[in-house]
Amino acid sequence: MFAAFTFPPIDELFRWKDIAFKNTPYAINKTSLLIMISSALILVLFIGGSRKMKLVPSGLQNVVEMTYDFVDRGITRDVIGNDATRFTPFLGSLFLFILFLNFWEVIPGIQFPPTSRFAVPLFLSLMVYVMYWYLGFRHNGIKYLTGHLFPKGVPIALYILVTPIELVQVLVVRPFSLAVRLLANMMAGHILLTALALLSAYTISNAPVIAIGPIALNVAVTGFEVLVGFLQAYIFTLLTAVYIADSLHPEH
Amino acid sequence: MHDVLVAAQQAGELKAGLQSIGAGIAYGAAAIGPGIGIGIVVGNAITAMARQPEMAGQVRTTMFLGIAFTEALALFGFVLFFLAKS
Repeated sequence: MFAAFTFPPIDELFRWKDIAFKNTPYAINKTSLLIMISSALILVLFIGGSRKMKLVPSGLQNVVEMTYDFVDRGITRDVIGNDATRFTPFLGSLFLFILFLNFWEVIPGIQFPPTSRFAVPLFLSLMVYVMYWYLGFRHNGIKYLTGHLFPKGVPIALYILVTPIELVQVLVVRPFSLAVRLLANMMAGHILLTALALLSAYTISNAPVIAIGPIALNVAVTGFEVLVGFLQAYIFTLLTAVYIADSLHPEH
Repeated sequence: MHDVLVAAQQAGELKAGLQSIGAGIAYGAAAIGPGIGIGIVVGNAITAMARQPEMAGQVRTTMFLGIAFTEALALFGFVLFFLAKS
């Protein structure tokens, strides 16, 4: 008889044991360790890339300049405007941070995206939330809020319908959907990869004839997850830029 | 006494089973609308890119934005799936 194929409970895939400083608020587990490593990697990449800068870039400097250019031209200038390059450092570090965290999902031996724990995307989206409220009130005063709640060109009777919807949209839906989008994509990807890996292991030991199916699927989905990781980092940054643009010049 | 225990256990199993069914239906239903919506967004973006290839970059950015907003509902369904299941 074969052993039945069982999928582990969801908690087992995402909850890691503490490694150091157990039972304190500063406990370190796999998630926080990966976050620290990615931050260090980004720092090394950028400090290493910007040391001894040359007019004609080569090697590491090339990578760094390409990344900066991608965020600056593709996101900041495209969405916020040509005068908004002061936001590129923020958006660029946001993009790279999420990108590095997402790519841990497909690195062999680690294969866990820290962004699939809700704390990480929630913190990032709350940061963006505070930032666009601050920018909105600083640049437009109270008009920022009233412009959203009472859009121009709407019949007065419709404000009964429009205003509550807009209020919920601005207050709750925006930050929540920003965080949940990243979380759900990475979580679904992680569960999918785990399921396929378990299925491959199971078929190899029990039914080697059909094992090629799950293995091929696993490889294909891993490739797809690279795309998803990049796309989610891009979309998070893009939406941040859209919200910032909305705070700077509303109703354009 | 034994009958009561069995009945209580069966009620608990029934509740768990119904919860799982409900969660499955909730996610399935939540995925219908966004599926259609993303299809429309991407289809129209491809039409636009084919008609005006020089605008492809801008169309692509806007397409991702549209996808992101449309997708949000399906993701709420995904979260609801886990909430309803536990």
